[in-house]
Amino acid sequence: MIVLEKRPQPSQTWSMATPVVAVLATMFFGGVLFAALGKNPVEAIMTIFWEPLFGEFSFYYRPQLLIKGAPLVLIAIGLSLGFRAGIWNIGAEGQYIMGAIVGAGVGLAFYPLEAWYIFPLMVIGGAFGGWIWAMIPAILKVRFGTNEILVSLMLVYVAEQMLASVSLGLLKNPEGYGFPGSRNLQSWDSAHNAELFAGSGMHWGVVTALIAVIFAYVLLNRHMLGFHIRLTGEAPRAAKFAGVNPARLILFCLGASGVLAGLAGMFEVAGPAGQITIDFNVGYGFTAIIVAFLGRLHPVGIVLAGGVMALTYIGGDIAQSNLGLPSAAIQVFQGMLLFFLLALDLLTNYRIRLASKEVA
Amino acid sequence: MKLTSLLATAALGLGLATAAVAADKTKVGFVYVGPVGDGGWTYEHDQGRKAVVAEFGDKVETVYVENVAEGPDSERVMTQMALDGADLIFTTSFGYMDPTINVAKKFPNVKFEHATGYKRADNVSTYSARFYEGRAVQGTIAGHMTKSNVVGYIGSFPIPEVIRGINSAFVHARKVNPDVQFKIVWAFTWFDPAKEADAAKVLIEQGADVILQHTDSTAPQAAAQAAGNVITFGQASDMSEYAPHPRVSSIIDDWAPYYIARTKAVMDGTWESKDTWDGIGAGMVGIGEISDAVPAEVKAEALAIKDALADGSYHAFTGPIKKQDGSDWLGEGETADDGTLAGMNFYVEGIEGDIPQ
Repeated sequence: MIVLEKRPQPSQTWSMATPVVAVLATMFFGGVLFAALGKNPVEAIMTIFWEPLFGEFSFYYRPQLLIKGAPLVLIAIGLSLGFRAGIWNIGAEGQYIMGAIVGAGVGLAFYPLEAWYIFPLMVIGGAFGGWIWAMIPAILKVRFGTNEILVSLMLVYVAEQMLASVSLGLLKNPEGYGFPGSRNLQSWDSAHNAELFAGSGMHWGVVTALIAVIFAYVLLNRHMLGFHIRLTGEAPRAAKFAGVNPARLILFCLGASGVLAGLAGMFEVAGPAGQITIDFNVGYGFTAIIVAFLGRLHPVGIVLAGGVMALTYIGGDIAQSNLGLPSAAIQVFQGMLLFFLLALDLLTNYRIRLASKEVA
Repeated sequence: MKLTSLLATAALGLGLATAAVAADKTKVGFVYVGPVGDGGWTYEHDQGRKAVVAEFGDKVETVYVENVAEGPDSERVMTQMALDGADLIFTTSFGYMDPTINVAKKFPNVKFEHATGYKRADNVSTYSARFYEGRAVQGTIAGHMTKSNVVGYIGSFPIPEVIRGINSAFVHARKVNPDVQFKIVWAFTWFDPAKEADAAKVLIEQGADVILQHTDSTAPQAAAQAAGNVITFGQASDMSEYAPHPRVSSIIDDWAPYYIARTKAVMDGTWESKDTWDGIGAGMVGIGEISDAVPAEVKAEALAIKDALADGSYHAFTGPIKKQDGSDWLGEGETADDGTLAGMNFYVEGIEGDIPQ
């Protein structure tokens, strides 16, 4: 008989091991799924995890990993601060959209001027757009005690409506024959978040993501504020006695995640995406929640998790094209990853014991 | 260690195998914005792909990726297809326009076909269908069939293609029924069964007994069926599973002849960049069978308009037509030019409400 026994302390080993085990379990059961669909499971798993990194065209896919992974990491780093303190910002997608709108809007206000200061102003605009959108749930929570999960999530849908509105009106390309969508920033040097080295995938968003990782690491390990964040999450009562100001913490955590999500949106719209369109957002803000947890809310873990998530997206599309796998199968595959992670988390807090049957 | 080298060998083997097969075949890629099972837009493009396979058999290899988000993801998928040796790539959504142009620049020897856009290059063609011709047929039926004189219209996005369809349907509904009113709901999606069902229910509650949709799922059909006394039209595909009632007819996108012709052109080396905008006459827009729920004389009138549109003796936008603000657009007997239609951003006179800005 199998018995679960609560551990006195959460297991450090399992906390580190579960993401890896979850990825392996996903590979295995994903393979079973692909086999059930009549595909060669080894070939399918290889295509998803091997092709983008070491396959024939890896020279193209490796930079794409940076492009796909950078917004995920940038947003997830911000979310992880709040998640550690038990402050749940679920609306990063909305902050991402607002960052893109304000960032692109600030830039387009100068069109067609070429000047060095346009891009920095767009960066500030992007950060501000994300921050102000995150401040709404933050201030409502501090002032009226509203639930930040609900407010931030609902604001995603408001942001989507704003996105549709500006695509059709305020930011619509006047030379676009009446079609929705802004001018393409890629063809305007002063606003283009171009690759720093051609073909490297390295744009300012990637650089910012790496800086954010380092900052988060230092903050959490070397700074009083980081200690307060961790303390509030792990021992709320102790935090109270230690004099942590919960209102300040809420404002900081939501604000920081808003800024980073807004920056991610701004770098995306000025770089890889190029323009504000009705369908600009593709779910980075939600996927980043998975990345944050897959990375154990740890800055370095988040980088690895962002890489794995980006890999499944890029490899998944290759598998669709080369092997004819349906996209739904790829989505199930990605869903499995979170499922196994959450399921295996049990082992962090519990020990499995094989107890011999006892006669009562 | 062993596993890694094993995997590497396997990958190499696979790579060689694909390359060898691809050499003497024409490879055609398709990028889809929705799932192939959407029963509408993407479904019909995939039917076109299957027709290419059926036509050329072993001489062609097709690949597709579905649910590809517009923007950088689509650019990556197109690049991947080009790298994997595609000779011709169909990108089947408006939002793929700039990505298609970007990728086409990098692969001058690969031909690209972008649906519903307006940017072309030496190796990028554009193609679209004159769906508004089908809307003229629908409008005629709708005008006759409505008893409440309220026709509901589910718009996707307020872009010229959708506005053209609303105007065409309205002009022809008014022609046979001067009291008819249009109620328009914008769903801001091409495919979202839940939102589409909500939109249909709202319109039915507001008295609409005819629902026209410019979204791709069958959810509005199901909502109309539940309501009982409401009729609908299939969109993009026939949606015949809802015939004879509520679905009384449909607009069918038939991409197969175009896809076959363009694939043939690549095989023969005669492919050239061009802009194609075909309607009922060329077979790109099909009118699904008009069911028995429609009286015989209405059906005959609708078919007469269809035939006149097909042989070119009638244009769906023939004057006199005024704009919504009362200003003149087309004089007596004048027909709309393609330039105005391509960028249409105004309602015709009689439609209430504003185009969302």
